[in-house]
Amino acid sequence: MSTSTIKFIDVYKTFARNSSNPQTVLDGVNFELKPGKTTVIAGGSGQGKSVSLKLILGLMKPDSGQILVDGKDVAQMGKKDLKEVRMNFGVLFQGSALFDSLTVYENVALPLQERTKASSDEIRERVTKSLAQFDLAGHEDKYPAQLSGGMKKRVGLARALQLQPKFMLFDEPTTGLDPAKSLEIYRLFYKTQQEFGYTSIIVSHDIPKIFNLADQVIVLHQGKMSVFDSPEEIQWSEDPNIKSFVEMTMGHVYQSHEMERIQ
Amino acid sequence: MIAQRIEKIGSYTLYYLHDIGRMGLFLFYALLGTFKRPFRFAALVKEIRLIGANSFAVIFFTAAFTGMVLGLQGYYTLRQFGSEGLLGSAVALSLIRELGPVLTALMVTGRAGSAMCAEIGIMRISEQIDALDCMAIDPFRFLITPKLWATIISVPLLTLIFNVVGIYGGYVAGVYILGVNPGAYFTGMEHSVINKDINLGIIKSFAFALIIIWVCAGRGYFVQEIKGAGFGAESVSRVTTQAVVISSISILICDYLITAVLL
Ligand SMILES: Nc1ncnc2c1ncn2[C@@H]1O[C@H](COP(=O)(O)OP(=O)(O)OP(=O)(O)O)[C@@H](O)[C@H]1O
Ligand SMILES: [Mg+2]
Repeated sequence: MSTSTIKFIDVYKTFARNSSNPQTVLDGVNFELKPGKTTVIAGGSGQGKSVSLKLILGLMKPDSGQILVDGKDVAQMGKKDLKEVRMNFGVLFQGSALFDSLTVYENVALPLQERTKASSDEIRERVTKSLAQFDLAGHEDKYPAQLSGGMKKRVGLARALQLQPKFMLFDEPTTGLDPAKSLEIYRLFYKTQQEFGYTSIIVSHDIPKIFNLADQVIVLHQGKMSVFDSPEEIQWSEDPNIKSFVEMTMGHVYQSHEMERIQ
Repeated sequence: MIAQRIEKIGSYTLYYLHDIGRMGLFLFYALLGTFKRPFRFAALVKEIRLIGANSFAVIFFTAAFTGMVLGLQGYYTLRQFGSEGLLGSAVALSLIRELGPVLTALMVTGRAGSAMCAEIGIMRISEQIDALDCMAIDPFRFLITPKLWATIISVPLLTLIFNVVGIYGGYVAGVYILGVNPGAYFTGMEHSVINKDINLGIIKSFAFALIIIWVCAGRGYFVQEIKGAGFGAESVSRVTTQAVVISSISILICDYLITAVLL
């Protein structure tokens, strides 16, 4: 099992800081991921979940605070070190961010072509296999503009998983997928994580279903993150914000499989 | 009031210094990309086709008619001094020294430079460049460097074609339409065009190629950070217009400077 972890220490991020109407998105955030486990980040729209992922990737810099990836602070890194760190990441962007002048096949093959020394036969084999896994066989030659929203998501996922990274960041992996496909994707997450042991963050609105995958849950509300060691713990929280979040998203009672077994 | 004004001037100065700085770095990284492996040879060939080969028709017609106009104008001017025999040298010198490199560069800016700026700009706003960064694929090596060399290879070749076609255009106008002695047209040229003229033309076309790729690709790359450009599709369209204007003006200024220094 890997020992990779990401840690936020007192991270602050405010947009439009010098304007008359500054917007604080992260207001002193602290958390640490569990190595080799899955952390689900939940929270209302526009609360800063995607921003948090961009901070981890060094695409944005925090105003202050440290973001440690394997103990090294990405907030202070130059281009070269960042590239080194990003080698370990697989990312699914919220908008998929597929290369729109490349076909589905070329999109998924790209990380292998650019980052590994695999021969084109090996690449073809691997890409074909993973496209089939994501139910995309037969769509190899389409361009992103010719895909449905859910298909784009799946191509993005297939691409993110190609290099067997140490960290996976999924920004809303199942938004726009039908329930059956979502379930299929969740199974794939579970399977690939068992296989490769990556540490992952899933940003999702698919509550409570996504909690079946969660080893840790973070709720982001008004710039603060509340960390829970299990989905059940959320329901016991005394914090009124969390309480209303729970009632809004899960209804009064939610129990994961373990809870059901215990009772 | 005065304090405000000074503050404004200061902030503009800072912005432009910053802009120049990042454009300088942009060129540096684009050149550096040449030495990073794997070099994308296939992309280079594709870009040469897009920037170079596809500009052939435009260049051909521009050159043919420019040459013919030069033939007509030159003939009527020279006839006043009874020296129609110099028509060949007059056409050839104007083309090789000035019109060939400048008009080629302006046409390529309009045709390929604008396309390049829009393409990179769209990749930026749709997070495709961020995705490259996150996959630890250097966007400069991957995207910009092939375009850089394709432009630097294509523009001088197109200039050469422009000159040859233009000279024959002048021949058609002078010899077929106005009845200048065909032998005199080329003999005069051989005597008056010296190496210095050809070198001047070559230096110009390389310099212009660099301006085109630098300005057009650079503006597209920084599309989100340009003052007053707005957002989304509108920002790309504005920045593309801006890139074409800056590139064209820079070409003309640079033309003057090179001529003044080297002639
Ligand atoms: N580049 C930016 N400039 C200014 N404000 C930004 C920028 N990026 C994000 N924001 C603001 O930060 C806040 C958080 O955005 P973010 O994209 O992280 O939301 P989110 O939690 O991912 O929401 P959703 O669930 O809808 O995706 C939003 O209010 C947004 O307007
Ligand atoms: Mg988001």
